[in-house]
Amino acid sequence: MKVMIDTGNYIAAKAAIMAKPNVVAAYPITPQTTLVEGIAKYKETGEFKGEYICVESEHSAMSACIGASATGVRVFTGTSSHGLLLMHEMLHWAALSRLPIVMCNINRVVGPGWNIWADENDSIAQRDTGWIQFYVSSNQEIFDTVIQAFKIAEHEKISLPIMINYNAFILSHTSMPVYIPEQEEIDEFIPKRKPTWKLDVDNPITFGNIILPDAYIEVRRDMQRAQDYARNYIKKVAEEWREKFGRYHGDLIDRYRCDDAEYIILTMGAIGAESRIAVDNLREDGLKIGLARVRVFRPFPKEDIVELSKKADFIVIDRNISVGMGGALSAEVKSALYGNSDTKVYSYIAGLGGKDVTFKDIEKMIRKVVDGKVKTLEWYSLEE
Amino acid sequence: MKKYPIITSISYPKKGAMGKTGTWRVFKPILDQNKCVKCLQCWIYCPEATIIRKEDNSVEIDYEYCKGCGVCANVCPTKAITMVREGEEK
Repeated sequence: MKVMIDTGNYIAAKAAIMAKPNVVAAYPITPQTTLVEGIAKYKETGEFKGEYICVESEHSAMSACIGASATGVRVFTGTSSHGLLLMHEMLHWAALSRLPIVMCNINRVVGPGWNIWADENDSIAQRDTGWIQFYVSSNQEIFDTVIQAFKIAEHEKISLPIMINYNAFILSHTSMPVYIPEQEEIDEFIPKRKPTWKLDVDNPITFGNIILPDAYIEVRRDMQRAQDYARNYIKKVAEEWREKFGRYHGDLIDRYRCDDAEYIILTMGAIGAESRIAVDNLREDGLKIGLARVRVFRPFPKEDIVELSKKADFIVIDRNISVGMGGALSAEVKSALYGNSDTKVYSYIAGLGGKDVTFKDIEKMIRKVVDGKVKTLEWYSLEE
Repeated sequence: MKKYPIITSISYPKKGAMGKTGTWRVFKPILDQNKCVKCLQCWIYCPEATIIRKEDNSVEIDYEYCKGCGVCANVCPTKAITMVREGEEK
């Protein structure tokens, strides 16, 4: 094992290459650009031995990934914001075809107004495509999750694509030290993909063919079963990673000081990392606050959320907004609790458009709830 | 049929995998063998492989699967194929 100090994007490129994908097809977009650049560098040095397909758009990038993955090989790509939105149609294709493509999405604002900073609305808009969605909070977690994702996606009972989301600039362009395992250890952790089906000229098949109404519902139900199966398998893989490499970022949820908490913060991505500091500071002042950073948004950790609700009220901080309803995580949390718990859920919308959310901001948000000044939905920092 | 651990849309190539598509036809291609010069343009262009090529390069139409698109009639250089409304052929 060695330590590499680099930005989130270069770490993601390193992880992707160590997973030995046969094909990468990607189109550059800020803030994902240095990820594509990193992979290009590995292609030039010969460390990346697969095909790097140059495409003219993100729609084509995902199409190329689908074609490549359908031949039974390992595929990786990355995008961000409007690039992800342009892929939208093909995201459905990848998931419904059950192709285990692994993609990093660097969460960036959807315009207009034109803005390149952190905001989760791009990936939240892909919630219903059938992709498994991770939201990570450090460069180490980016590395570890990319490797874990191949194992999860390629499991024969799951066979679904995985999107690993991390915040623009806060992670993508920030250098942090990251432990990198040896190549042999990674090879052992994720052996060569064994496809459940593949395009093969010697044994021709078609995929994506017509399915009549009687049978189509089975395809959707099977995707739901696969996501349900993934809920436990993701935990298993996280545990296996901990045993092997000694690092753990939570399973579906990263729990921090939740055991005796009266209020638990639920959030995703980089705000989750800031929240740890806020929790420590608030605890010094005697407030019993815990943190449940939702690491996996799809499949949604329903049971875990209900379990956490037994002793504490929730404060949900969303860096996204499903306009007309509220924060996406908040809505999902309430849906999971319905009929299972009467825990109070306080919701914040914060950090949209890349506005910085520091531990001090989080402390303010929490204190306002504890002081009984928050009713249901608050827009943080609009009032000041 | 091979069993897979997942359910998705995959189809094996097989004649009539989608049923007898000939019933979809509105216009039916009628071939006049006397005008046919065996150029095989219809055989090349037919999108559904329903032009049957024989040993001597003469052709026949497989009406069980021909959807009646009319491409064959369009590409035929000697107008040996004409499209006739289904049920109105002599």
